[in-house]
This record gives sequence, C-alpha cells and structure tokens, in this order.
Amino acid sequence: MSDIVLKLSGIVKSFPGVLANDHVDFTLKRGEVHALLGENGAGKTTLMNITYGIYKPDEGEIYVNDKRVEITSPHRAMEYGIGMIQQHFSLVPSFSVAENIALGLKESKILPKIDLVRKKVKTLAERFGLDVNPDSRIWQLSAGEQQRVEILKLLYMSAQIMILDEPTAILTPQEAANLFKTIKEMVKYGASVIFISHKLKEVLEISDRITVMRHGKVIDTLQKEEANERILAKKMVGREVVLKISKKPPKPREIELEVKDLWARGDKGPYAVRGVSLDVKSGEILGIAGVAGNGQRELAESIYGLRKYTGEVKIGGEMMHSLGVVSRMKSGVAYIPQDRKGVALCGGLPLYYNLFLKKPFRIPEFYLNPYLFNSSRLKKPSEQLVDEYLISASSLNLEVKYLSGGTMQKVVLARELSLNPKLIIAVHPTRGLDVGATEFVYKTLLKARDNGAAILLIAGDLEEIFTLSDRVAVLYEGEIVGYSKPDESHLEEIGLMMAGVRRVKK
Amino acid sequence: MSQNIVITTVAGAIRAGTPLLFASIGELLAERSGVLNLGVEGMMLIGAFTGFAVSYNTGNLWLAVVVAMVVAALLAALHAFMSVTLRANQVVSGLALVFLGSGLSGFWGQRYVGTQAPGFSNLSIPLLGKIPIIGEVLFDRDPLVYVGYILVPLVWWFLYKTRAGMNLRAVGEAPSAADARGINVSLTRYIYTIVGGAFAGLGGAYLSLAYTPMWVENMSAGRGWIAIVLVIFAIWDPLLAMVGAYLFGGISVLQFGLQVAQIPIPANIMKMFPYLFTIIVMLFTSGEKMKKRFGAPSALGIPYSREEKT
Repeated sequence: MSDIVLKLSGIVKSFPGVLANDHVDFTLKRGEVHALLGENGAGKTTLMNITYGIYKPDEGEIYVNDKRVEITSPHRAMEYGIGMIQQHFSLVPSFSVAENIALGLKESKILPKIDLVRKKVKTLAERFGLDVNPDSRIWQLSAGEQQRVEILKLLYMSAQIMILDEPTAILTPQEAANLFKTIKEMVKYGASVIFISHKLKEVLEISDRITVMRHGKVIDTLQKEEANERILAKKMVGREVVLKISKKPPKPREIELEVKDLWARGDKGPYAVRGVSLDVKSGEILGIAGVAGNGQRELAESIYGLRKYTGEVKIGGEMMHSLGVVSRMKSGVAYIPQDRKGVALCGGLPLYYNLFLKKPFRIPEFYLNPYLFNSSRLKKPSEQLVDEYLISASSLNLEVKYLSGGTMQKVVLARELSLNPKLIIAVHPTRGLDVGATEFVYKTLLKARDNGAAILLIAGDLEEIFTLSDRVAVLYEGEIVGYSKPDESHLEEIGLMMAGVRRVKK
Repeated sequence: MSQNIVITTVAGAIRAGTPLLFASIGELLAERSGVLNLGVEGMMLIGAFTGFAVSYNTGNLWLAVVVAMVVAALLAALHAFMSVTLRANQVVSGLALVFLGSGLSGFWGQRYVGTQAPGFSNLSIPLLGKIPIIGEVLFDRDPLVYVGYILVPLVWWFLYKTRAGMNLRAVGEAPSAADARGINVSLTRYIYTIVGGAFAGLGGAYLSLAYTPMWVENMSAGRGWIAIVLVIFAIWDPLLAMVGAYLFGGISVLQFGLQVAQIPIPANIMKMFPYLFTIIVMLFTSGEKMKKRFGAPSALGIPYSREEKT
C-alpha cells in the first residue's frame, strides 16, 4: 500500500466570474497533518468542498488509496473515508448529540439505536479527550462543543481522511490547544488530517507539511522544517508583508462614548447583552474580544441604535434613545457593520449612490434642493473619495455587488469615515479581506484614531485586537468579564476570560 | 338537559374536528420536511369531490376514501415537483393548487349537486361504546373518526421514535446535514408532500362522506386554511395538532349548543368564530421570533441545493 492516501490532480473549478481552482494538484500522506494555507478567497475551501463531494469539479481527478474515484456527494466521500468539518456545522440543532451521530447510520433499521451510539460516543470521547455529553441538544452547546460533536461524528464513522476548515476561528486559545491535542491523537490512531487555515502561527504549530494557495493556484508545498512565518506570508500574499503595523502611542482625551448597564435581547428572545458598561475616549481604540456569538453584534447594534435596549448610551455627553439611528448620525457616529453586503451597502445600487447613502443632507451638492437626487452633482465628490480611499472600480456606475470584499469595505470606510466621525463602531472590519485590504483598514482606522476619533472595535481575531487596540475588554455571554492589555503576554489571561473561566472586574 | 348539550357539543367537536385533524397532520408532515404547501384547501376540495363521486357511482365507501386520497396526493405531487425540482416559490405554487382544486371540483361536481350517495354511519365499538357518556361521545362514531384516533399517536411515534421520522425532521431542519449523512433530501420532501396531500384528501373525503354526505361546491369552507394555522398552533407536534383540531371543531359547533341553551347570539356571528379564532391564533404565533422559539422547521419554504450556501 502506498503512503499517499489522497491525491488530487489537475482540479479546475470555476464559478461565474471567478476561477476558484486552477489546475490544482495536492497529495495527502498517511498519518500526516497537512495544512492548506491561503488568504480568504484563495480557493482552499472550494478545493476541499470538491474533495468532500459538495462541488463537482469542472476538470480533474481524485484518487483515494491510488484508486480513481468519483465523489458525487458528501455521503459518498464518507464511504471513501473522507470526512470534513465545515465552517458552518452540519448538525441538526434540535437533536441530541447522540441523535446527530446516529442520523443516517445504516446499522439501525426501523428504530435508531441511540443507546448503542451513546455508549460508543462515550468511549470515543474519553479516548480522544472530547468532553461532550451525548444527551445534550445541539442548540444548547457552545460553538467549541459543537465542533467536538463534529469530530466525534468523523471518529464514529472511522474517517481516514479528516478535513478541518478553519477550525480555530471559533475557539478560545485554550480550546484551540485542546483541539491540537485531539488532532495529534487522531493521527496516532491512523488518520490523516487536512487543516485549512490562514493563520501562520497555528499552521506552523500543527502541521507536518504546508501547501500554500493563492488565487486558485498552488504556489508551493513545504516541509514544516523549511518554513517560517516570513516565508509563508510572502508565498501567501505574493510579496513581502509588513506584519506589524506601527502604532503611535494613544492620546486619549475626553470620554466620547459612555454606556451604562446596557441590556438588549438577541434575535431568539433571551438577553444577548447583559448589563454592559463601558466608555471609550476620543483618540483611543477599545477592542472587544470574545468568541463569536457572545453578544458582540447585539452590543454594536444597540449602541448604534439599531436594536432596542434598556440602559444608558451617551455619545459626546448627550443621552441617546434606544432605536434612534438618525440622532447617532447627527452626533457623528460611523458604523462599520460585520455584514457589509447586507447592512452596510445596497448591492444593486451603483457605487456613487452607496457612497452618499448616509449623508444626502449634509453636503453642499444638496443645499439647493435637499429632496431631489441629482446624480451628476454627486460624481465629482465621489471621484475624490474613490481616489482617496483607493477604491478600484471600473466605473462609478458599477453596482456594488460586483466589487470584491476588500473594495466593498473600502466603499464603506469611505462613506463612514469621510464625515470625520467622532465615534466609530467597527465590527469585524477585516473579516474575509486579504492582507492588502486588511492593512488598509488598519491604517485607516489608526489614522482616524490619531485624528481624535473614539473607536469601539469588535473583532474575533485576537491578532487584530492586539494590533489596533489601546485597551481590551473581553465579552462573555453578554457581559464584560474583564479588561486586559493588548499584547501577547496577556494572551492566556484573555483566553481564560473568553472562555468565561476567569473574571477580572475593573 | 345540560348534560345532553355537553354530549352533543363534544361529540360534534370531534366530528367537526376530524377533517381538520387529517388535513393538519398531512400539512405537518410536509412542513416537517421543509415544504410549505398552502394548497390544503384545494386538495381537500378535490378529495371531497372525488370521494363523493366514487361513492355515488360505486357505492363502495372505502374505495371512495382511497381514490380521494390518491387524487389529492397527485395534486400534492404537482406542488412537490414545482417546489422541490423546479425550486419555485412555494407560496405561489400552493396558492395555485387552491384554485386548481376548487375550480376542478366545482366544474366536475356540477352534476352531483343535490344528489345522494352512501355515507359512513356510526359504528359503536364493542365494550368501549357501552361506557356511559364517554362511550357515547368517543366510541359511537363513524369509522374515520377512529382512524383519526389511531393516526395521531402513530404519526407521533413515527416522527420522534423511528429512523425515518428522524430523517424527516433532519431534512426539514438542517437539509445540508441530512444530505451529508446520505439522506436524499429531494426524495424525502417529495414523499412527505405527497403523503401530506393524501391526508388532506382524506380530510376532504370525510366532509362529503361522513360529516355531511353530499356534494356542495366549495364545501370545505376554509377548513384547509384553518388546518395550516393549526400546524403553527400545534408547534408542528401531532398530539397538539389533535388537541387543536378538536378545539377548533368545538368552536365551530358551539353555535348549536348555544342555540339549544337559548343564549342569544346571532347565528351568523357564531359562524365566524372559527375564523376569528384563526386570526387570534395567528396574532399570537406569527412573527419570526415566535416561530424560532417554538421550533418551526428552520428550512421551511427554502429550496435546497447542495452547492448553494446560505
């Protein structure tokens, strides 16, 4: 038996307008952890979705244990021993852990053998250090626990090839460390693992080999020993990258945003923000760290007046009312929401409309008649913004939905920041952006800070928090469980707070 | 005297609730798989008409029931084709079914208006039927009422205890998860939409073969719509659907009880009660938040495609 368990050869996959995979070759050896590294949109997930039978490749061949196979569905992939943990888990929320694992198993006939599954799950969970109660319902579990259920599902099916797509994105640093232990355990047990990531550090920590992808192509495959962060970053981005953004010391002035005992409900009913108090001064960035889904979005929406809340929000010393977006706009608040396609922009409207969505009453072009939209008058100021914010679009009339994620975010920044806001609420401002665009966002935000804006930054990525913030607050289950300093030496402390283990009240 | 009123009202509630029960159980199965079929009214009408026509021409009541179910199932199959295979808008397709069903039944049914056909008569169950009051109310009814008694616990057991029921719930809630476990999402949706249609046809047949054994155009009188509301009222649970169906049945026969008890409420106002109640139920149960909290199948009304991510 050869030691190559999976071989992808000449894989091509295109979507309307994009060549997501361009003749990709990839091999996985028995018992190795092979990282697939690349920026968002490099084609990593597409490649693995092909391997897992979700997408049909336009061209190319797949070999499992040297046998040519057609993988037409995830179920078929599983029959070849290929399992994948996608970023969006495939679990049934109302089912228990055991039921989720029993779902679709052929060994049960009319009645599912839940008891049998439960027993086996317990054994597996102990052996691999995956602490989950088989009788809990999925919706009651945290994202980290749900991930463990997905791993158990693969182990239960004795998958030989396990694909993990950005598994650490939803984990605290401690949970990530546990995941790495589990991965090592799985390799010992005979599995081979493909680890998709864009984080250099963790790739270097966990993998034996690293394949770098960029723009749908494989750039290189390296042994771990021949790689370091600089080499990988260069291959990933295609040029030398300055990984550290230089930051001037902050000059905080008066308090710009003051929040007291804020309570707001989430979409499902229960409170998602539970008594948050915080303040942000002009000229400083307060970073809010936390695992996704701990009330970050609800907090930002409440402060910006998009969500009903109780408690106090004062901006520039003035008391705001719940659900009053216009009063925020008048007080000079900029909002960079996490969902830039759905909330920040109107995809079907041209670029220059989007640039002026928020301020039609405040520019000279509208003084003559504030009620009629005179498009020809907007073109000139639009062109200025396009130049200033390096927005690359073929025309001002282009509908925004055709722009890349990074360009879209630049449009949002141009609109929100060109008004010289006093307060900026930024939620995951670089999610899904490539390194170049990320750098631009960082620099723009820091410039706004140095010009005296107060910035509330909500981000999932600790790296981002460390790069930008002057202070860090940790949000856990809708509460601020503590504050910390934004540097690596406080990583463990922040991680423990993110997991809700430790509370350091100010 | 008052005891008699209670007996007739409860017995009437069960009779009036049975067609609602069948139709809502059917809709519940379809919705559990993720297909919203608003065509219940149309399927009930076509079931009521074909049931009556078969009974009139052959005199065979059970054959009439079977044909009614098959024909209504065919209509549902059309909806399944539109919404699963063609991924059409399910609301529009369902509404089309309503007009198709009422139009076809009205057109073909003209010659049967005013005719008589054999209908189900009461069948007392030995022993159980002899229990005072309870026996009279529950176990001295027509056979289809008994079918309802058995059907509901059976569907409940199927839904929550069997492997097929588990697959069904998974398809309605997380189709991509079900797909990854080798469950055929499209096939599942076809099956339960069609089975759901058959039950709607059964509910229609009950109207023309047992409840009022005759054919009148549009005789379902909005019961198909009430059945859809009942599914929401029941939080997609068959046992609660049974409670709801008999409750709605009770409200619709309340007028007779109130008349006998000489409580002066105009009959026309009392006829509005079931519809008023429907509106009240909708007022309290609609809205995305409520639905999420109470466990509506999350993929309800959303066509599934493996390559498309939501």
